Order: sequence, then structure tokens, then C-alpha cells
Amino acid sequence: MKTYPGDDALRLKGRLLGRKWLLLRRLSQLLVMTAFWSGPWWGVWIAKGNLSSSLLLDTVPMTDVLTFLQVLASGIRPEAQAVWGFAGAVGVYALLGGRTFCAWACPVNPVTDAAAWLRGRLGIGRVLSLPRWSRYVVLAVALALAALTGSQAWELINPMSAVHRGLIFGMGLGWWMVLALFLFDLLLAKEGWCGRLCPNGAAYSLLSPVALVRVEAHRREACDDCMDCFLVCPEPQVIAPALKSGPEGSPMIRGWQCTHCGRCIDVCSKDVYRFSWTLANGSKVAS
Amino acid sequence: MGMPARTQGLKSTEGEGVSRRTVLRNGGRAAAGGFLLGLLTWLHARSAQALPAWALRPPGALPEPRFLGACTRCGLCVRACPYDTLILALPGTEVPLGTPFFRARGIPCEMCPDIPCVKACPTGALDHGLTEIDKSRMGLALITDQETCLAFLGMRCEVCYQVCPLSGKAITLEMRSNLRSGKHALFLPIVHSDHCTGCGKCEKACPLEKAAIRILPSDLVKGQIGEHYRLGWVEKAKKGGSLIPELIQLPVRRPGDGP
Ligand code: SF4
Ligand code: SF4
Ligand code: SF4
Ligand code: SF4
Repeated sequence: MKTYPGDDALRLKGRLLGRKWLLLRRLSQLLVMTAFWSGPWWGVWIAKGNLSSSLLLDTVPMTDVLTFLQVLASGIRPEAQAVWGFAGAVGVYALLGGRTFCAWACPVNPVTDAAAWLRGRLGIGRVLSLPRWSRYVVLAVALALAALTGSQAWELINPMSAVHRGLIFGMGLGWWMVLALFLFDLLLAKEGWCGRLCPNGAAYSLLSPVALVRVEAHRREACDDCMDCFLVCPEPQVIAPALKSGPEGSPMIRGWQCTHCGRCIDVCSKDVYRFSWTLANGSKVAS
Repeated sequence: MGMPARTQGLKSTEGEGVSRRTVLRNGGRAAAGGFLLGLLTWLHARSAQALPAWALRPPGALPEPRFLGACTRCGLCVRACPYDTLILALPGTEVPLGTPFFRARGIPCEMCPDIPCVKACPTGALDHGLTEIDKSRMGLALITDQETCLAFLGMRCEVCYQVCPLSGKAITLEMRSNLRSGKHALFLPIVHSDHCTGCGKCEKACPLEKAAIRILPSDLVKGQIGEHYRLGWVEKAKKGGSLIPELIQLPVRRPGDGP
């Protein structure tokens, strides 16, 4: 019988606990969407707007980091609400880890996760090899276009904001965008969109260095090199520095691209990983 | 940190062993890829950013290129509108993706005195300086077809005049004689650009199958008199009298007056 990463953990921990963080993450993504849906559907306004700019409980503004940077690059001096919203988003994701947005809130994540899962099951090899830093080039292009044209030209094709907006305000032909993202990740590039191209994720990753929450390989000596964590991690390059840096190195996963998805925690049958609090001086408290 | 990530698997990614050549090659690829992406997006933007004439922006919207820089496509204005006037443009339509607009023949703007859509806008893409809805300029109404407008055909329609929130200022009725019948009057709706907000209520209410009055972008339809033109009667009214001395007094001669 074929085995897949995480099978050992599922056998040991059970069908639910072996997917604990995955299920919590799907719940979080659903709650984020429900917060935006509850208003138009049931008249209960938890969040208004969409992930580009929103208003929580009619009081707390939030503004997407890339959206705000594009407004600034376009030469606009935004009103206070957008500025506070930007400060709020920066605050939240600087504490939780920049790309926590990607794994816990972004509606594109289930799509690209599904593509990655199917790619693994079908054993599809890589066709297009895009370097992981391409996302910063796309980020620079999005901001340069805004600066040069005075308008957010990138937003005409940005699938991330279009998908979230579409789920709330109507998709239209946007379903083709979702399908295109799925097929791109499935057939062309492994972790192609979220792991290599998305400039929203790239912008959030810049907030990673100060995160208070991180994944820690706290029992790395128990690692039996089964490689399951490397196989499920959407940004596997972040693991080695924590897992394999020897007794001197920090066991904290500090790579900017770690999305705090917690899949490594789930699939490890040796319980090597856990979520930890890190404080600035490197001391830590177990969760 | 997380950057030179082409090495995957167990090897450390702390950046050791990244040769100068790799850096140069990566730099070249980044520049080329970025340029290509930027160019394609820009080319697409040139066609996809033009607002069709039938799509009206919410009250207070900044002039078009700036609006597309300021608007986050968040839809907070859409949510704030009590009449569900505003729509965010769907992918595959002619309006720039995700931006708010309305159609006069859809749900026109009801011109709320407190302008909730403008207040809701987080960036000021809808200018917070707009505090009186009568000052908004979403477009300009225009009788685009005198051949089908019922009033021009001699009937007492005037629906547009009746529904206009600024009736009597933005639209007035002017009485002319009906040369076709020779004995009736025409009551012609005339739009005045110094008051029309472009709310669209007239276009919505026009009873024709296709409205004879349309809201269009003001700069598409509004004429402009040459800078050097002066309207004598305006200047005269401003001054309170003739600007030139009444020099020339020609004698009045009628046929038969004789030399
Ligand atoms: S002024 Fe009122 S009716 Fe008009 S778009 Fe704004 S909220 Fe809607
Ligand atoms: S509220 Fe402002 S930023 Fe948001 S969609 Fe409307 S115009 Fe754009
Ligand atoms: S658009 Fe029509 S109804 Fe609205 S102010 Fe102008 S003339 Fe009046
Ligand atoms: S409502 Fe239409 S048909 Fe009637 S007067 Fe106005 S423009 Fe003409």
C-alpha cells in the first residue's frame, strides 16, 4: 500500500488529532469568511468590506498591507481610516507572524493547498521552476506600476484580492481565476502561487522577523529523518535551520516564509514540533 | 533569512555557498521577469482601466486616474448605500475590476443628504471634502435623443423633470410653440450643468424603452467656449451697464422717408 506524509502520525494520534492544526486552520478560514458573509446573508454585520479594507463590528478598521502600499505608491494621501487599518494589520500580523495571514485567513489557501495535496497524490513532477524570491519581484512590480501609472494597475489582475472580493460581492468570471490558480499550482509549479509569486504574501512576510508566535522544533533530537514535515511544508526551506542546526542553533523556525500553518506539527509522529511564544531576547514559553 | 530558497531539503539555507555567478544570474532573471510582468500588466491596464460612459462612479469619486489609485475595491461604500445603488465590478466586465459603480437605468443614486457612501470610504477615493450632496458631480444628464423624447414630440411627459431631486434647477421646462401642429405648446426639459449632479433618476424614470435622457461623463459631452470669448450680456450685467460708450448713433431711415 502506498503511504503518504503524515500517515504514521494519523495512525498514532488518530484521525482528528493527527490533523488538529489543519482542521483548526480550515475553521479559522471559514470563520473569516463567515464574518464577511453574516452581514449580507443574515444582517449580522461582523466584518464589512473585504480583506483589502474592512471594518470590524463597525468600529475597527483593517487594511491589507499590499493594498495600502499601492495606495501610497499611487501618490494618494489616504484618509485616517485606511491608515489606522494598516497600522492594525501590521500590528496583528507582526505579533502573530506575517504569513500567518496566508495560512489562517486568506481564501486562496484552501485552493492552493488542494492543488498541493492532489499534486502529491498524483505524483506530478515539476514543470516550471520559479525561485521562491520571485514574489518580491512581483511585489516590486506591483508597487512600481502604482508609482508609474498613479493607479493600482496590479489590482486589475490580482487573483488574491479578486477571489476574496468575489466570494463576498459576487464572483462572475472570477471562478476561472480560481480554476487557473488551482491548475497552475497542480500542473505547472509546485506551490507556485502562494509559495513563489503572491505579492500579498510577500508583503506580509516582511512583518515576520518580530513575530511572538513561532513553530519550534523543541524535540528535534527525536527526529528520525522520515522527511514527512519537509514534504508537507509549503515553504520547506524554513525547516532545516531549526531542525538541523545542531544543539547550538535555535530550534525556532524563523524563516520569513513560514506560514504558521502547523502542518509539520500534525504530520510528525515523533512530536518534534509545537507552537511557542518567543520573546525578543530569545526566551520562550511553551504553549 | 528565508530568501535564497532554491536549495531545498536538508541543506541549510543560511546563504552560504551562494556564488557570485548565481547572484548575478538570479538578478538578471528577476529583472527580466519583473520587466515582462510589469509590461504585460501595464498593457492590460491601458485597456482595462477606461471607464465606460454608462458606468457612473459614486458621489465624490476622485477624477478617474486618481480614483483608481485611491480605491481599495473594498466595497464599504457599497455596504453603506441604503438603496443598494452601488456595485463592485465583476471580473470579465468592462468596468475596472472590483471598483464601485452604478448604472442610471439600474438603481440610480438617491442623493442621501448625509452621503453615507463617502463617509464609509476608508481612503478618500470618495472625497471626504464633499459634504453637500447637491455639489456632487457623478455625470451630466443630457437629452441625447430629441427624436424620441416625448416632450420634443409634443406630449406632456416631463417625467424626468418631475423626478429630478433638483427639479427647477437641474432640469427646467421651457415652453416653445409646436410648429408641427401649429397651435400647441412644447414643454421641453432642459438640463443645467451648474446644478445637475448626475444622480441618474431622470434616466431611470424616462418612460421610453431606451431613455432619451442619459447621464454621461461631463467631460465627454460638455462644450467649452474659447477663453477669449466674452458674452456681451453677461459682461454688461456684471458691470451694471454697457462697457463701451454708446458712440454710434445711426439715423433711423424707413423706405419712403426720402433722401
Ligand atoms: S448618496 Fe446615498 S444613494 Fe447615492 S450612492 Fe451614496 S449612499 Fe447610495
Ligand atoms: S469605499 Fe472607497 S475604497 Fe472602498 S470601494 Fe468604495 S470608493 Fe473604493
Ligand atoms: S441626473 Fe437628472 S435627475 Fe439627477 S440631478 Fe441631473 S437632471 Fe436631475
Ligand atoms: S422622461 Fe424621457 S421622454 Fe419624458 S421628457 Fe424626459 S427625456 Fe423626454
